[in-house]
Amino acid sequence: MVNMMKKEVWIYAQQDKNNIAEISFELLGKGRELANKLGALLAAVVIGKNVRELAPTLTAYGADKVYLVQHEHLDLYTTLPYTRVLVDLISRFRPEIFLLGATALGRDLAPRIASHLKVGITADCTELAIDNYTDPLSKKKYTNILMQIRPAFGGNIIATIVNPDTRPQMATVREGVMKMLPHDAGRRGEVINLEPELDKEDYKVQVVESKEIEKSVNLKTASIIVAGGAGVGSKDNFQLIIKLASCLGATVGASRAAVDGGFIHHDHQVGQTGTTVRPRLYIACGISGAVQHRSGMSESKKIIAINSDPEAPIFEIAHYGIVGDLKEVIPKMITTYRQKSGGEQK
Amino acid sequence: MAYRSIVLVKQVPDTTEVTPKAMREDGTLNRSALPATFNNDDLHALEMALQVKEKHGGMVIVLTMGPPKASEILREALYRGADETILLTDKRFAAADTLATSYTLSVAIKKAGNFDLVFCGREASDGNTAQVGPQVAEKLRIPQITYVEEICKLGDGLLEAQRLTDQGCEIVKSSLPLLLTVVPDANEPRPPVARRLMRFKKAMTPAEVKNKLQERADSLDMVKEHCQHLKEKGLLITEWDAQVLALEPDRCGRLGSPTLVKKIERVVLTGGEHKAFPPTDEGVGQLIKELIEDHTFG
Repeated sequence: MVNMMKKEVWIYAQQDKNNIAEISFELLGKGRELANKLGALLAAVVIGKNVRELAPTLTAYGADKVYLVQHEHLDLYTTLPYTRVLVDLISRFRPEIFLLGATALGRDLAPRIASHLKVGITADCTELAIDNYTDPLSKKKYTNILMQIRPAFGGNIIATIVNPDTRPQMATVREGVMKMLPHDAGRRGEVINLEPELDKEDYKVQVVESKEIEKSVNLKTASIIVAGGAGVGSKDNFQLIIKLASCLGATVGASRAAVDGGFIHHDHQVGQTGTTVRPRLYIACGISGAVQHRSGMSESKKIIAINSDPEAPIFEIAHYGIVGDLKEVIPKMITTYRQKSGGEQK
Repeated sequence: MAYRSIVLVKQVPDTTEVTPKAMREDGTLNRSALPATFNNDDLHALEMALQVKEKHGGMVIVLTMGPPKASEILREALYRGADETILLTDKRFAAADTLATSYTLSVAIKKAGNFDLVFCGREASDGNTAQVGPQVAEKLRIPQITYVEEICKLGDGLLEAQRLTDQGCEIVKSSLPLLLTVVPDANEPRPPVARRLMRFKKAMTPAEVKNKLQERADSLDMVKEHCQHLKEKGLLITEWDAQVLALEPDRCGRLGSPTLVKKIERVVLTGGEHKAFPPTDEGVGQLIKELIEDHTFG
């Protein structure tokens, strides 16, 4: 009965064919921390056709409670039925915080829910914390508010956003940023099965066909990344980046500027709206180092920056720096690496 | 069958130019201190709407909310083929978050008359939230298809589109009216048409007419007369404020925004010293040697 009084932090457990998306575990990790700070319970909400078997996994990764909504008409995600289910659940259980992944699905679903509930929502957060807040105009004090932290304006600034007056405090969270907890099979949690009230009107959009496309690049697990930016200058020059990567057995990365410039496909993009990476070595070639990019790679173990501009911000997070023309430096690197690594193997 | 399409566009600050000077005390952006451009994704939304019109007939109305100078992108939309443009501008719209913005836009869309399709870009390059599209759809109580790559079929009151998903892509169909958000891969936006540019560079909002006539206008009548003249030639950009839209004052602008900016930080670089190598054979050799020796290279 005590639990009924406790506040709740909710995360949306995104699944596809009963595979839980990695972001959901990351949300559980962060959610656990926030719930502990608030003295609240952490709950995961999972929706689908046959999702009952997922509850123990969600508990093992940190959930105190799992709200299960299972129905044959909730098999494939479409916006409107899922919105209705979540709006109903939120109105009934009134969570303090509701977090979703900033995935294609999360960014489709979360704003629709927030609009329906007329609550504030912050997109694509890279950090979350609990703190007090005083409104600068009214001087009204709020305790234990969710600080929603995200880069904005092309990553030039980091904004802390609050929604002090509306509940739940909603945010989507960027993939690959929050740390998940280790799997703990011994954790106990409560499972709450709920019957959804569906409406025929919500089935105006129907999935005709879905195709899975394997991403051609896997930056997340790469141990060495060679990345190029605007400073590479052209698609032709970008071949140099690809050559160096292939010589080192590395994966090719790129900044947004390089992708927007058409040098390489978006799948290679590192940073905000791209992938967050933590390789053993990150070689940044012709990347000036806008925050937007840095936030996606600054946790690399070692960073080499090659840039003709000695003032480029990338040097401030680099461990090794070469100020020079990458068109000259990269061929030198390839030649030297071939000589030295070849020499050692002999 | 012809379709009446609304395209939502945004004038965005060129985010490569954000300096502390461009920020106000309260953490909101002083847009006037930055060069402004047509949000990239919205050009793709406009292109998709124009292609629907070319294939099926109908009309394309382009709508934006912003300061008076956001009329610039409406002229750009006219150069590319828009039939009508509407500017929503009012001091009371300022500092709106996505909820307040979508409320204002949805009321304006309803005022603009019947529609079959609403097109939005995937996201704006300043906030990157991708929230306004779905929120406008919710306010209009119509379905949404986000991340659209292609319209596959359109007819008999149904639209079939290919959209991106986390797993790859899917084809979905929906009844109309419907809101779509469009990804940049969807198409190649057409450039302005020279003939249209010559014609529509004279397009103006009533406020711009007023400014232009300021020195020689003896009365408001002259402004009215000039506006009427422009309207007859299809050169008047419609302008609506909070009063014309009969908005609830506490639902637009800062008042209607549940999210508040608590703090803005220019990003402080936290990195320490780095080891510099010269761009010479020796320098590069030294670096490679060091990384091989400490096993960074596998």
